[in-house]
Amino acid sequence: MSWNDKRPMSPHLQVYDLPLTAKLSILHRGTGAVLFVGVVLWVLLLAAAASGPQTWASVHSFLSSWFGKLILVGFTFSLYYHLCNGIRHLFWDMGKGFNLKDAEKAGIVVIVATLLLTLLTWLVAL
Amino acid sequence: MADFKLPANSIVKPGKTVKAPEGATNIRKFIVYRYDPASGDNPRTDTYEVDMDNCGPMVLDALLKIKDEMDSSVALRRSCREGICGSCSMNIDGRNTLACTKSIEEIEGDVKIFPLPHQPIIKDLISDLTNFYAQYASVEPWMKTETPAPPDKERLQSVEDRGKLDGLYECILCACCSTSCPSYWWNSDRYLGPAALLNAYRWIADSRDEATGERLDELEDPFKLYRCHTIMNCTDACPKDLNPAKSIAEIKHLMIKRKM
Repeated sequence: MSWNDKRPMSPHLQVYDLPLTAKLSILHRGTGAVLFVGVVLWVLLLAAAASGPQTWASVHSFLSSWFGKLILVGFTFSLYYHLCNGIRHLFWDMGKGFNLKDAEKAGIVVIVATLLLTLLTWLVAL
Repeated sequence: MADFKLPANSIVKPGKTVKAPEGATNIRKFIVYRYDPASGDNPRTDTYEVDMDNCGPMVLDALLKIKDEMDSSVALRRSCREGICGSCSMNIDGRNTLACTKSIEEIEGDVKIFPLPHQPIIKDLISDLTNFYAQYASVEPWMKTETPAPPDKERLQSVEDRGKLDGLYECILCACCSTSCPSYWWNSDRYLGPAALLNAYRWIADSRDEATGERLDELEDPFKLYRCHTIMNCTDACPKDLNPAKSIAEIKHLMIKRKM
């Protein structure tokens, strides 16, 4: 939104004490963006696999480094959070869970589920 | 596109401190947003040290004490002092609420008081809500009918149908919800915001209203309705404990239902 007013704009993000539901909403948007960028990673993986064993080996060694693993952990966390919170959104779409306490509780469930699923995935992978 | 930063002329600078009278032992600091349109200076925050032994329990009591006894230039809106007029809505301790129903005791540390967020400021805690009221008017918040009213009595409503309006008709249009909503901050030129949408639903849900279809047509728009992403700040902020987020979801639900 463009601000054409000559008068000052009152502070917003600078002063607002965002409730948990708002922070989780920002995380949903953030993880959505990560997943979008992550698709590029998938394409790179496929392209590397298609162009022969040597390219694949170099991509594989990068992703096996601590930095590569960090990226993959971030991607799996984003995937699980976006998935679990997406289910929370489906309940909202059915008109359920709008009581403030329920919405907060569901948010905590989503966070715990995300952490457990991410942990489980990496315990299996490593 | 959302602009997360304040414009240069809106950045808040530190201001003056007004001390409590000598001998005061129970002091709390109130940090209050100030903007003087006559000076042309940036907004600032002034600090007032209030003697709590000689002050009422609510934030509005402290603000009026500041205005009466410490600094008469502080500007704010207030009227009923009991949470029914919606005039003294502002951002207190980081959340939007009514100054008259917010207890000072509930707040930890210094009491920070700002105007409703992301609004043009007229003076100090007074924001210009012209756009907010225009959006309320745009949902045509009155009963629309085709059939003539019965000649001998009012339009009747069952107790059950009347019950559907509970949690909707109590809105006092204080703007706490709309100005707490990040979607409204970034898109208030096109997104109607929680207050206007709750009031739109108040008439959609009314069994006596005969314009439900037109009302839904009017809201079927990527911005007017669908900028709500269930952030829930509105429901969190509402000083009347209403649930605008749920009302918006009900409207979205009806949009789908009528297509099936």
